Amino acid sequence: MLRSPTTWFLVGQRLGIAFITLIIVSFAVFFATELLPGDVAQILLGQAATPEAVAGLREAMGLDEPAIQRFIGWLTGLAQGEMGRSYVNNIDVADLLGGRLQNSLRLAGIVTVICVPVALSLGILAAMFRGSWMDRVVSTATISVISVPEFMVATLSVLIFAVWLDWLPALSYGVDVDSLGAMLRAYAMPVITLSFVVSAQMIRMTRAAVIETIETPYVEMALLKGASRTRMVLVHALPNALGPIANAVALSLSYLVGGVIIVETVFNYPGVAKLMVDAVATRDLPLIQSCAMIFCVSYLSLTTLADMIAILSNPRLRQ
Amino acid sequence: MMTDTPLVSVRDLRIGAITDSGRKVEIIRGVDFDIVPGEILALIGESGSGKTTIALSLMGHTRRGCAIEGGTIRVGKHDVTGMTEKQRARLRGTEVSYVPQSAAAAFNPSKRIMDQVVETTRIHDLMPRARAEAHARDLFRALALPDPDTIGERYPHQVSGGQLQRLSAAMALIASPELVIFDEPTTALDVTTQIEVLRAFRRVMQESGMAGVYVSHDLAVVAQIADRIIVLKGGETQEQGTTEQILNNPRHPYTKELLAAFDPVPHVPLAGRDDSADTPVLEVRDLCAGYGAVKDGEPAAKVLDSIEFRLMRGRNLGVIGESGSGKSTLARAVAGILPAYRGSVLFDGQTLAPDLAQRSKEDLRRAQIVFQLADTALNPAHSIANILARPLRFYKGLHGAACEREVIRLLDLVHLPATLRHRLPSELSGGQKQRVNLARALAADPELILCDEITSALDTVVAAAILDLLKELQGELGLSYMFISHDLSTVEAICDDVLVMYKGKVVEAMPATRMSQDATHPYSRLLISSVPQLDTGWLAGLEQDPELLAAFSER
Repeated sequence: MLRSPTTWFLVGQRLGIAFITLIIVSFAVFFATELLPGDVAQILLGQAATPEAVAGLREAMGLDEPAIQRFIGWLTGLAQGEMGRSYVNNIDVADLLGGRLQNSLRLAGIVTVICVPVALSLGILAAMFRGSWMDRVVSTATISVISVPEFMVATLSVLIFAVWLDWLPALSYGVDVDSLGAMLRAYAMPVITLSFVVSAQMIRMTRAAVIETIETPYVEMALLKGASRTRMVLVHALPNALGPIANAVALSLSYLVGGVIIVETVFNYPGVAKLMVDAVATRDLPLIQSCAMIFCVSYLSLTTLADMIAILSNPRLRQ
Repeated sequence: MMTDTPLVSVRDLRIGAITDSGRKVEIIRGVDFDIVPGEILALIGESGSGKTTIALSLMGHTRRGCAIEGGTIRVGKHDVTGMTEKQRARLRGTEVSYVPQSAAAAFNPSKRIMDQVVETTRIHDLMPRARAEAHARDLFRALALPDPDTIGERYPHQVSGGQLQRLSAAMALIASPELVIFDEPTTALDVTTQIEVLRAFRRVMQESGMAGVYVSHDLAVVAQIADRIIVLKGGETQEQGTTEQILNNPRHPYTKELLAAFDPVPHVPLAGRDDSADTPVLEVRDLCAGYGAVKDGEPAAKVLDSIEFRLMRGRNLGVIGESGSGKSTLARAVAGILPAYRGSVLFDGQTLAPDLAQRSKEDLRRAQIVFQLADTALNPAHSIANILARPLRFYKGLHGAACEREVIRLLDLVHLPATLRHRLPSELSGGQKQRVNLARALAADPELILCDEITSALDTVVAAAILDLLKELQGELGLSYMFISHDLSTVEAICDDVLVMYKGKVVEAMPATRMSQDATHPYSRLLISSVPQLDTGWLAGLEQDPELLAAFSER
């Protein structure tokens, strides 16, 4: 399908806004971590350190330079893929993060692959058969899942599946993942817990978006042409609900990268969120900043992608 | 014709609805009628009369919350009432088809027009796609659409409203149904566009010999196209007869009332006021206004172009024109909501600041504006008393008992009972809401009221009552009105002078009473001749210069 120049202008504009947001967020991240209490040099050297030693370390670490100068240095480093070195164990932040990020993305990927199709189908079906028993069951179930905090779901599933039934390992990591079966078992509980939380929101938003378009005159017109319910929804309503659905999916998925700290903690899953909490405990500023930037980038790219889908699916911008 | 077996017969049709509060009401109460093949039957009534509900029930469709509760509907050899939803779906589009009120909303914005026009043949697998498209192009030609070979490739937002309405007729006719339902198909169109669309519908229906149901609130439009008319009110048939009989020899008082609303009520100017030596209450000189970013003192989209007029005290000025002519923008510029970038507005000889924010409270008080839709102009969360008390506090500093007395007086002025002040706007009828809207303007004790299409959203009988009220108020309070409307007969009924606007310019100014004889500008003539008349032969006998039409109407 052809797109008009306006469409590409809007897409470019959206990308530009995303970039500016990223700069502003990096600024906020850097200076927010600056405000964290405690002095890194002091913490590293312990209570017994002499003031001269602390001052010397501060100088060696470049901490006595003006904040703005360090910010610019940090930002240019980030742009070149240089995330700095961890204060605590003097390893490259990139190395620390690498494995963790992979873990997080793997978990997020599995949840996405399972959730998005299930949630979209359930949402669309509930909208198609609005008021039926199926719709009521789905609506009630999603409301209940949203209302139960995820640590409850996580703890209960550990209690049931790991402790009482002894079907699944309580911890996801450290288990030998040598076969497909073992891997499925290792990931089952975190995936189930996350899927519950993430898909409930998607189902509700999808249902609402589809119902809104089902009530438009052009869908009624399709009905009066003799179209089946399936055709009305899939051919006429759904293409016009793409924008809001994409946004709902993006918002839910963005939670998978940064917001999974509870699930990672309960199942002792070594992802980025857990790494960040550890970094806060040790005042490891470069690590905290890098983790925050990763969350920010993933969130921004998801919402930007959703906005671009909304722009591209807008028929008024077609030629 | 009467000896033919009817194509459609409806007996004792009853349709129930569940209101928002969960109450069950019967909205169609025992309606009977027949339609013979090739006949066009009109369902006439005001909003809430059930005309669209009846028409949709012929396709076995009821809107959400409604259900067919009794009676029989037979179309061809099918008993629609006894069919399952699947069987009804097979009937829709193939034997009975539908032309919607607003084609702009009934076309899916994300699909090409051709895909939607031939969709019926795809759903029911009636013919190969290539043949369906060829047939569609023939229909486009028959409906006098421009570029019939390529218009189907466009998206709905790329064609005009009048074209979309004709395209929706092609969509309904594609499977050669036996019965076509037209649901107010020209109501949303400008009069000059309406003519073209009506002509196209009439020709296609005559040539194809299909039967039709034409739903409308406008007797004059129906007179041009229908063979028989059913007059509906509150879900019941009031009168049924041939078009000639209903127009010339109505029996039911309600039909007479509907017809009476068409009689021109010539406006009688207030005596002894017309003294041209007086300062005009409103004078507009070289007024230019527009929207968008202002660059070098001029906005990006210029709408009004050097408007000039004078409105004498106690007289009424009508502003007529079609959508996009700039008539509402003129009201906004005069009121200062949209500051003019050039020219001046003089009130009682004194120049007003272009921007509302710079005008004094006294200037604001003397000129009030009343908007078209009382629904959006009245705050739904405030009681009527609250809505009316606000201007009383603002302009006159009234509080407590004095304010309450004044609210009651205002309600009395617009003929509403004082008890109504405790209600919310949502608990009022459309006519009552418009009266409250007017009362709020009167609260400021104005000298001039700008009325922006205030009767357009109302049913004819209700609108006529509002016009009577305006005249009465004028006599009592010595008001002047600037009355904006697309409806010429309304303007004729209340105005002394008329401005005809076209594309942001005043093309002609003349006395309202002599509008039909004296208009000289080709556009005014076109506009005046396009207003449907209560005469079955009007459309057939209407001769308009096609070049003129092409030049001025959006075809």
